[in-house]
Amino acid sequence: MQTHQYDVVIVGAGGAGMRAALESSGSVRTAVISKLYPTRSHTGAAQGGMCAALANVEEDNWEWHTFDTVKGGDYLVDQDAAEIMAKEAIDAVLDLERMGLPFNRTPEGRIDQRRFGGHTRNHGEAAVRRSCYAADRTGHMILQTLYQQCVKQDVEFFNEFYVLDLLVDHDLSEGHVADGEEVNATGVVAYDLATGEIHVFQAKAIIFATGGAGKIFKTTSNAHTLTGDGMALALRRGFPLEDMEFFQFHPTGLAGLGILLSEAARGEGGILRNGDGERFMERYAPTIKDLAPRDIVARSMANEVREGRGAGPNKDYILLDLTHLEPAHIDAKLPDITEFARTYLGIEPYTEPVPVYPTAHYAMGGIPTNVDAEVLRNNTDVVKGLYAAGEVACVSVHGSNRLGTNSLLDINVFGKRAGRAAAAYARTAQFTDIPDGAADPVVAQLDEMRERPDGERVAEIRTALQETMDRNAQVFRTDESLREAMADIRELQKRYKNVSVQDKGRMFNTDLLEALELGFLLDIAEVVVIGALNRKESRGGHFREDFPERDDTSWMLHTMAYRRPLGTTTVESADGTEGMFSEESTFDNYKVVLGGKSVVQTRYEPMERKY
Amino acid sequence: MTATIEDAPTTSVPEIPSFEVTLRVRRYLPESSHGDEAYWEEFTVTAHGTDRVLDALHKIKWEHDGSLTFRRSCAHGVCGSDAVRINGRNRLACKTLLKDVNPDKPILVEPIKGLPVIKDLVVDMEPFFASYREIMPFLVTTGNEPSKERLQSSEQRERFDDTTKCILCAACTSSCPVFWTDGQYFGPAAIVNAHRFIFDSRDEGAEQRLEILNDKEGVWRCRTTFNCSEACPRGIEVTKAIQEVKRAMITRAF
Repeated sequence: MQTHQYDVVIVGAGGAGMRAALESSGSVRTAVISKLYPTRSHTGAAQGGMCAALANVEEDNWEWHTFDTVKGGDYLVDQDAAEIMAKEAIDAVLDLERMGLPFNRTPEGRIDQRRFGGHTRNHGEAAVRRSCYAADRTGHMILQTLYQQCVKQDVEFFNEFYVLDLLVDHDLSEGHVADGEEVNATGVVAYDLATGEIHVFQAKAIIFATGGAGKIFKTTSNAHTLTGDGMALALRRGFPLEDMEFFQFHPTGLAGLGILLSEAARGEGGILRNGDGERFMERYAPTIKDLAPRDIVARSMANEVREGRGAGPNKDYILLDLTHLEPAHIDAKLPDITEFARTYLGIEPYTEPVPVYPTAHYAMGGIPTNVDAEVLRNNTDVVKGLYAAGEVACVSVHGSNRLGTNSLLDINVFGKRAGRAAAAYARTAQFTDIPDGAADPVVAQLDEMRERPDGERVAEIRTALQETMDRNAQVFRTDESLREAMADIRELQKRYKNVSVQDKGRMFNTDLLEALELGFLLDIAEVVVIGALNRKESRGGHFREDFPERDDTSWMLHTMAYRRPLGTTTVESADGTEGMFSEESTFDNYKVVLGGKSVVQTRYEPMERKY
Repeated sequence: MTATIEDAPTTSVPEIPSFEVTLRVRRYLPESSHGDEAYWEEFTVTAHGTDRVLDALHKIKWEHDGSLTFRRSCAHGVCGSDAVRINGRNRLACKTLLKDVNPDKPILVEPIKGLPVIKDLVVDMEPFFASYREIMPFLVTTGNEPSKERLQSSEQRERFDDTTKCILCAACTSSCPVFWTDGQYFGPAAIVNAHRFIFDSRDEGAEQRLEILNDKEGVWRCRTTFNCSEACPRGIEVTKAIQEVKRAMITRAF
């Protein structure tokens, strides 16, 4: 076992992690721990752009962007956070340009901008050109640019190190720590994939930037590696997860594969058609049609298929039609996604429409933070020295449905804020002692998993989980479907206890890694389904057919899900919202308790959401 | 409100039936009884329609042999994790459809060449990234930062567009015969990333980068075999980029 000491330890080397590293590594000793090489992170798969009201091509301002974000999130957005994001978006884009990001340009040589779903002029009048982009590989360019700057600044990386525990000086998982008491994060325990060795990192400040959990679903745009690791570690350590029932299904995944085709395709003029050739979005969103927010488009598509108007031999997909666009325009603006259609489906988008269907894309929920990226352990108390940013976090700028491009924005704005806040804290804070044996649970977990005799295969349980989530907790949900998902998850959790790995080696044991990831997936799926069961309304990405209306009287609240031992009764609810949420789910030796947290409202009254 | 277009285009996704496919995988498991001996192992799995080599590798790992080890993440050709040698050619496993590599015969899958093998298809990428870091792969500017964006015309941006596509998968570098025999050579990927900045109108570090690449292990080691261009899964014209860097070295025009 090796031990290290850093002022700031960042877990995850995608956009948020590296953006944070650029802020902190200049002033305090910083390490970035990543289970992948940084350039493999899934930020690189983002395509369409990053919105900021630069007004380079038409009138725009950050207030409109704030409004769109709040409305897009179906009013579950914390409006103070959305305002910060929309204001700081402008500098975030300019920062990236100055770092060298090769944005597409206007004829005047300035950063070009294009339309994107849900982004409008003057509070919904018409689509606005707000997305700054580099062809359809904006995420790739952001990831490369941030990595380039990290190379320039000589940031220290621990690549292919897998963080398996978060160390805290109080055990929150027992539910015995009183509100207001000081709690400090002290370090992380990591597993070096190449050697199998355990490393303990002591840190004054820790930033979680571990990304999402799309692999709880079968059809997903997410990478194999997006298994909710950071969220699950926080949950196991007794931290709450916020709004996990809200998962975004991106309308245009390649049918049957889930590979993402950017909304930019529609921003550049692409049209969705059903099996009859009808531009059906005119019926669902008469003003902005195909550029309605993703939750609405995804639901409309699923509805067309359900009502028998799908395309294809089985009428089970929708068509994304680009055939009316000039091939040269497609090549210039959408080269990668058209290549995906050619490579994976053998479809030529110049002349044939592309089969698409919604694909699990983004977790709106995550580890709750304030606007300085400090992690909350209940509705009000921050954990000293613990920060989160990016998809793993919930600020909440996305509410119940994230607008396209706002994730690339989120990672840059709140990644930067996390890095600054963590560095500022680390400059004055002291290290907190880590007791001997802090890594023992991880070592025991790994040994036990490795030595377990023949049992079930990881892949079988994972596939069963993904299938039940797709079947029961996707675009349309009901009490019945969610209870079925819950029953399946419990059964799979039991089976997981007997899972065994065939690879018993120390070196580069990805078999073992996948087994650990499956444990995280099960934990996250459980919280998603419990939150969805509990929320008896429809809002943003969460649609309950048995409760099809938004219900602001009862449900204008964030969900806070805690894992607690059986027998405890505490529901953290410092702002008096206790009782609104009552669902408890009892498992073998713990339960998931739900609390509520108020939504921050500044200038926008909730309205009906029409486009 | 409906707007059915009578001649709306239609799509026909060709049905490809499931088929048996055999992969011959180069194994290296130093912790096993095989010790330091690499060996070949064959696996036969059932594949479907548009399955890729990565799907077949997953099938082997998930259903037959959990110890089979390879890197992967995004599974659609943008993260650069799974460059391997397939039937002697460097490709991304997630971007190579089984039906396109003649599944009637065993498909050979090996680690990319020229980098130390750690386990099965996993190689040590550190020497590759070390070369990348040496060529100053970041924008170099002098003077005060502008308060807004730096201006750049579409034509100026187009000049280096091709080399911005690099995903650092190492398919090019590990296909290069010079790199195989001379591990000191910077290799195509590092030169591609130097090109990306040398020809960026905003950058002021070209002279320094050209000095670095003028080294005896720099661009002049390139023998123009075009392996790198053929290997690039992003379709970058790697050899052309190297030629342009060579030319810039002589003319100092960029």
